[in-house]
Amino acid sequence: MIDKNLTIGSSVSLPKSELDNLLEDLRKMGYETIGPCLQDESIVYKGIVGLKDLPRGIQSEQKPASYRLIQSGKPRYFDFIPGSQSWKQFLFPPRQTLFTAVKDGRWQFKENEDQDHRYALIGVRACELAAIHVQDKVFLREDFSDPVYRQRREGLFLLAVNCLDPDETCFCSSMGSGPKHTAGFDLCITELDETFLVEIGSELGRTLIAERNFEFPSAFVQNAVNQSLEHANESILRKLDTSDLPDLLIKNLDAQQWTEVGKRCLACANCTLVCPTCFCWDATDSAEILGRSSVRERVWDSCFNPNFSYVVGGNTRPNIRSRYRQWLTHKLGAWQGQFGVLGCVGCGRCITWCPAGIDLTAEVEAIRAEVKA
Amino acid sequence: MTILQANLLPPTAVFPDKLLLPLWAEIIKVIPEAEGVITLQLKFVDPQVHDRYRFEPGQFNMLYIPGYGEAAISLSSDRESASGLVVHTIRQIGNVTRAAGRLKIGDIVGIRGPFGTSWPLEAIQGMDVVIACGGIGLPPLRGAIYKIIRNREHYGKVTLLYGARTPSDLLYPAEYEAWQKADIDLQVTVDRGDENWTGRVGVVPMWFYHFRVDPHKTAVLTCGPEIMMRFVIFEALARRIPPGNIYISLERNMKCGQGACGHCQQGPYFICKDGPIFPFITLENIFNVEEY
Repeated sequence: MIDKNLTIGSSVSLPKSELDNLLEDLRKMGYETIGPCLQDESIVYKGIVGLKDLPRGIQSEQKPASYRLIQSGKPRYFDFIPGSQSWKQFLFPPRQTLFTAVKDGRWQFKENEDQDHRYALIGVRACELAAIHVQDKVFLREDFSDPVYRQRREGLFLLAVNCLDPDETCFCSSMGSGPKHTAGFDLCITELDETFLVEIGSELGRTLIAERNFEFPSAFVQNAVNQSLEHANESILRKLDTSDLPDLLIKNLDAQQWTEVGKRCLACANCTLVCPTCFCWDATDSAEILGRSSVRERVWDSCFNPNFSYVVGGNTRPNIRSRYRQWLTHKLGAWQGQFGVLGCVGCGRCITWCPAGIDLTAEVEAIRAEVKA
Repeated sequence: MTILQANLLPPTAVFPDKLLLPLWAEIIKVIPEAEGVITLQLKFVDPQVHDRYRFEPGQFNMLYIPGYGEAAISLSSDRESASGLVVHTIRQIGNVTRAAGRLKIGDIVGIRGPFGTSWPLEAIQGMDVVIACGGIGLPPLRGAIYKIIRNREHYGKVTLLYGARTPSDLLYPAEYEAWQKADIDLQVTVDRGDENWTGRVGVVPMWFYHFRVDPHKTAVLTCGPEIMMRFVIFEALARRIPPGNIYISLERNMKCGQGACGHCQQGPYFICKDGPIFPFITLENIFNVEEY
């Protein structure tokens, strides 16, 4: 019988080894358990079995155009700040076969038997959960509901983690998305050296915890967690002033700063690929050499690709200046009108992974300064 | 100043709940129109789909050719004409459209649609109408012309300004007489004449200097190269036609037609879903922004 004191909203102290059993339970229920792993000197998200796959004692050090992992030696599994990958790749796959046209006398469609996926995402940060909520508004609209995204999103199990040691590129507190989780998860972990403090966010989460060897947290644990969370919030030094967005950008399309940033931007599309909310995609066709069949795929695209705006006669945005302007005025501008929220959650990936170290918070500030001048 | 909104119609063709999966349609007729321009008349293979398919002039379909991909092509007729067939006039200029040019009667293609907004033909009833188009900008307006002719008494003076590069590039010349008989003032101009050409030479916007408009009761519908539309709008505004009564059809890279893939964005709009037809007043702040 489930402890009647165990309710949605309550927190328990869970020995770290119990996470293995919890993931085992999830897999028995049919979930694929996906979490952070150390690979290629970076943190990537992929299938995990348990604690042994998690990057224990690893911290990241992120700056504009710089990403390093360092050994902290601490007995912690979620001490790092996420790398280039986000959970976007599981809900909105980078490459997805849509259908195959087959010429069998006449052309026929062979629908792609898309395997249903039930993902349990382990270690979702507050900014990342906010990004999923942003993409919900993009993919699950009244006038357009993406069947691929919908299937994956509806079956999602979210094990969230609160960030305790934000990196230099983080600015989630400016976007109201973190560093602490507030809602939308099944379970939420705050990690101390000795234990996980787990907050229950859903009935499923409650059922899973009830099976485990938990105890209600001591005042000491609760206090340590509260202090860590407070410290995390205070340690975010990067800020983005959103008070005059989106108008600041939309009304200053002729700012000199666009030309200036256009000189530094390489249009490599890194920012859009690492961005957890960027959603643009292309559809491509690959024909069999004898022309008897053709596969149509959906692939991620980027507004920095020169062909992104191609129409007969040329590209609408041939210059990098215009492409950067398109990206930023969409992300921090037009997005608001289209989907009711800004398209940025303050995860800082686009700053870390920009090879030129372009920092969108600095770009906004520069435009603001130029307009005021 | 009254602002007339372009009509936003919900797509009426029922397409499957599968991402980008088109419905097959058979080519009933291929009409060569001019050098590099053909018209395809199509019928959905599934008769139920064909009966249920509805669209309004100005909307477009995504035309799929296996092995080549999709292209956004406007509907160049209306439902009541061409025996209810789906009609596309296609300029063979890109990968998909050139493949379309090689198709024959009996071949099949995929169709998704209709998508986008349509010409505001109900909203502008009672007004004079200036239709200004250039090149392949006429096909998206032909359905509107048909509809105006069928309801001719609901419109005042109707002027059609049409420009093409050369006389042999003029589309639908066999229909001009019928249009003129329906009291449409047809003014044709070409960039370069040939030895037999006795008509006008020049660009479409210059035609505004040859007639008078009543700015309070004139609506402008324009489709063509963006540079042409820019000057049509300039001339219309100079004659005090309110920006809410000038309608423009925009072209952008489109992959989905449903405001999902992101390619056709211009400022706040997804051209495929919020357009392609806009009252100019909603574009005033972005239309002239370079490379936006």
